[in-house]
Amino acid sequence: MANATAAQNSHDAHDHPTGWKRYVYSTNHKDIGTMYLIFAIVAGIIGGALSGFMRWELAEPGIQIFPGLASIVYGAEWQSAAALDAGKHMYNVFTTAHGLIMVFFVVMPALIGGYSNWFVPLMIGAPDMAFPRMNNISFWLLPPAFILLLMSMFFEGPPGGMGTGGGWTVYPPLSTSGQPGPAMDFAILSLHVAGVSSILGAINFITTIFNMRAPGMTLHKMPLFPWAILVTAFLLLLSLPVLAGAITMLLTDRNFGTTFFNPAGGGDPILFQHLFWFFGHPEVYIMILPGFGIISHIVSTFSRKPIFGYLAMVYAMVAIGFVGFIVWAHHMYTTGISLDTQRYFVFATMVIAVPTGVKIFSWIATMWGGSIEFRTPMLWAIGFIFLFTVGGVTGVVLANAGADRSLHDTYYVVAHFHYVLSLGAVFAIFAAWYYWYPKMFGYMYNETLGKLHFWVMFIGVNLIFFPQHFLGLNGMPRRYIDYPDAFALWNMVSSVGYLIMALGLLFFFASIIESVMKKRKAGDNPWGEGATTLEWTLPSPPPFHQFETLPKVK
Amino acid sequence: MSQRETGVSKLLARLAKITSAITLGLLPTAAWAQNGQPEPGAIGLQESVTPIMDSTIAFHNGLLMWIITLITIFVTALLIWVIIRYNKRANPNPSKFTHNTLIEIVWTVVPIIILIVIAVPSFGVLSDQMTVPDGERKYLGSNIFSRDSGEVVPAPELTVRVTGYQWYWGFEYPDLEGASFDSIMLSKEEIAESKPGQPYLLAVDNELVVPVDTTVRVEVTAADVIHAFAVPAFGVKTDAVPERLNETWFHVRKEGLYYGQCSELCGKDHAFMPIAVRVVSKEEFAAWAEIMKAEDDVAAANVTLASLN
Repeated sequence: MANATAAQNSHDAHDHPTGWKRYVYSTNHKDIGTMYLIFAIVAGIIGGALSGFMRWELAEPGIQIFPGLASIVYGAEWQSAAALDAGKHMYNVFTTAHGLIMVFFVVMPALIGGYSNWFVPLMIGAPDMAFPRMNNISFWLLPPAFILLLMSMFFEGPPGGMGTGGGWTVYPPLSTSGQPGPAMDFAILSLHVAGVSSILGAINFITTIFNMRAPGMTLHKMPLFPWAILVTAFLLLLSLPVLAGAITMLLTDRNFGTTFFNPAGGGDPILFQHLFWFFGHPEVYIMILPGFGIISHIVSTFSRKPIFGYLAMVYAMVAIGFVGFIVWAHHMYTTGISLDTQRYFVFATMVIAVPTGVKIFSWIATMWGGSIEFRTPMLWAIGFIFLFTVGGVTGVVLANAGADRSLHDTYYVVAHFHYVLSLGAVFAIFAAWYYWYPKMFGYMYNETLGKLHFWVMFIGVNLIFFPQHFLGLNGMPRRYIDYPDAFALWNMVSSVGYLIMALGLLFFFASIIESVMKKRKAGDNPWGEGATTLEWTLPSPPPFHQFETLPKVK
Repeated sequence: MSQRETGVSKLLARLAKITSAITLGLLPTAAWAQNGQPEPGAIGLQESVTPIMDSTIAFHNGLLMWIITLITIFVTALLIWVIIRYNKRANPNPSKFTHNTLIEIVWTVVPIIILIVIAVPSFGVLSDQMTVPDGERKYLGSNIFSRDSGEVVPAPELTVRVTGYQWYWGFEYPDLEGASFDSIMLSKEEIAESKPGQPYLLAVDNELVVPVDTTVRVEVTAADVIHAFAVPAFGVKTDAVPERLNETWFHVRKEGLYYGQCSELCGKDHAFMPIAVRVVSKEEFAAWAEIMKAEDDVAAANVTLASLN
């Protein structure tokens, strides 16, 4: 675009604070996006470390790690009964914190705060987000929310235990009368603050996408990543207030004597589950839809071929977003909901497989007839398609209440949602990282390190999560610190897989360090003719303010 | 389900039976055949001893596993094909097509058909699970595509009330004058002392005792937080919710010990409140029930159980 050089020349003193003010006061979508990405990496290291302790504990039958850990962290007397109890609770605290951190402080900030802030304005030809100051507060609410959650681990939960161990689903009464200490209140407040952050972000994205597209870019010409973010933002806007309401009721039940979820006062604990999953199910699509958008661009770029079935891809995402709101009770088949209710939710849930299938097949059709170059982002994208397919088909199994009766709350479910999230969404995050790294930072990453990162991690995560299907089928319940000897084999395999995955992550950090040291200039468009979206028309990294003269889209 | 057996449903029924047999053969569970508990290194569902678990296994192993495996293999094959055939070296000049209406219709309609094939037995299996027998209704058993050949399950003759506590289970028999007892997990030392050979983390002091070949209605509730009553070999899992009575049922055809574990996060000892069900002959149960009814003393009643080691 002709304006690129003009934009570069004009990014002089005005509106370009330096030093710490550049970030703390930032209203620039790219700086805020970078901060989100750094935040997600830091939170990801913490959330990943928590699961490392869990896999360490579960490597063998028996309770090995957590009592000692509780003694070290909370000062319980070494090898005492109190340390054992504190350790058992600490394990639940770790599963809870791992879930909440990965959902609210890793995947969402990376995909929505990070990549969307960076690339939605660039891809729709906008100079910045619609509400730059609101963008600033969206980001700066997250660190306090994260700190509140981390703090909760150091306050009393149930008697004799520190932190909240009610699971990321925080079902009452375990999250109310079950854990009277203040830890749970910290976690609730953390979710409130993180929720406000996300709602503000969603408003910003919807406004930006509706009002700031470049002249000529109709909605039906808009690239798929902004489309994915538009759908995601609507899901956030509609679902998060329901979570906020539910956890506010939880807060007043805990502290102010209300009985929304307490049967003794006419309330119903199952009501909370309905409210939670009315948010919780759209939430899983919130985490995966941005990945859908990213994968479409990468597949198209490296196949040197336009996206197959663009309109079907758009409306498949809209359909997934819509149906995602009316399937929530498939998380609740065993709670005692009626046969007819279960029948409806089985039916509605299976419907989602259709638009999801359209997406998988359209990605393959995009590659079909193409001239595929297997650069690092493309490996991650192909890995995503495979892993998401595996996670998708086990989702079809779980959709059937008749089969779910045996699998609900077992490791099969853990395997399923990690295949779509830990392997799906996280693979999309890494795909996007390598795809846009040259654009964001101006340097080329090292292909060898990127590919090593992919292969080692691909082997590692499959080794972690595939055997968990076996454990679940054979009946191992989730959220267990100890298990009968019969489950020992696959748990050991799973824990070995964790070590391999962790090794893979070393290549990730190595590739960042290497690229910063070598400083290979990336150029405007390192991917060639396949990369057709507007961000590749700008220099790498893009100027502080881009598109001061709006690009025209034919 | 249809009243008459159409050719298609007959074919599907046979297919499901054959595939179910093949799949079961692949699973170590069947090879070592020890009922009622997980098996070392197993990769499949536990073996069934109830009509409900029969249908769950037929549905999962005989239909779902095949469909999801074939879909995954199909997608993987397509990926491998495009990787080999359409890489930069094999195909230097990319084509530019972006639409093919026929193929788009195909990949929308075919999944819908597959889902319908899944949905038909799925609704049957689900309805069976959620319907307490009345003595006339036919249950699918392992024949999930045909209701006509199903088996009649007798109406419940015994009711047990199960209550989840932090962190143990309470069992009550309203039919036996409300006799009741608690069921608490045994430590390794206690197992060695009183129940050698029973698996740690599954063995309990007092099992739920029920008669074989009898339909048992189970009312599930909880006293403090939510728990879940689950016995994999029975195909039963029902949340135990405070102040709410959830109903389920089972009809076990084989005497033995069957284990399950609490299946809803309930606090620090969530992993340490297993469920153990001892299924005994009707005569044994009658003798046991007699003492329970008269004395409400589970220790005294358990002495009568010949199968108790």
